[in-house]
Amino acid sequence: MTMEKPDYVYVTYIATTPEKLWRALLDIESMREWWVDPQAGCARVNVSDWKPGSVWEHRRVTDDATVDIVGKVVENSPPRRLAYTWSRPADAADESKHSRVAFDIEPYGDKLVRLTVTHDDLERDPAMLNSVSGGWPKILSNLKTFLETGHSLPHTPAAA
Amino acid sequence: MDADKVFKALADPTRRSLLDQLHRENGQTLSALCAHMDMTRQAVTQHLHLLEEANLVAVVWQGREKLHYLNPVPLHEIYERWIEKFERSRLGALRDLKKRLESDDHGKT
Repeated sequence: MTMEKPDYVYVTYIATTPEKLWRALLDIESMREWWVDPQAGCARVNVSDWKPGSVWEHRRVTDDATVDIVGKVVENSPPRRLAYTWSRPADAADESKHSRVAFDIEPYGDKLVRLTVTHDDLERDPAMLNSVSGGWPKILSNLKTFLETGHSLPHTPAAA
Repeated sequence: MDADKVFKALADPTRRSLLDQLHRENGQTLSALCAHMDMTRQAVTQHLHLLEEANLVAVVWQGREKLHYLNPVPLHEIYERWIEKFERSRLGALRDLKKRLESDDHGKT
């Protein structure tokens, strides 16, 4: 865990296995089912080879595949911890403006997995702090529905 | 995780006030939260425990400090289950009404 005080901590319990949750976090076909942006109304996928130090891109599932967020992979420890930095494409070269996201996965009892998402260092970019704070609960709720029912969501865009 | 626990945790003004405090400033210690509450530390601890049980508060340890975070994920699930769902059907009913009225008009004219 980070030594700095996180800005946001989100916890959800999902009836799945750490391995399935891990796959849902990295697999593009899975992500387009659940990473649906509440404002833009389109799915987003995170594209990378997921090696530590590699670049990742948060792309819209649209014809132009607009990149909204970029970052670098910090940690990839399947199926326990995925961490990456997070910035606007325009600030990609300026690390002082990057925030950090981590997904921590722990088994909880026999049937559940506890997923903790922490987002740190958002104070470096106050506008980003506002825009992400409302988004995570929706995204995590989608992820839970996707893993527990296997169904795609009603608002999955036709464009996908 | 358990909707009953969430509703029970919310059915208390002190616990709602603790959530409001965390909304104003996320990641507070027990001492910081107690400073705004007119009750004993033990009572606040018990309320926080119920909020944790309901997953409305998430805890992060930082060295020896226990930081409390507002976790809005269960609230969002309640929103989807108990609010959004009913809004959706009302919007659907309006759409059906509009369709029916419009097709009636076509029938008469």
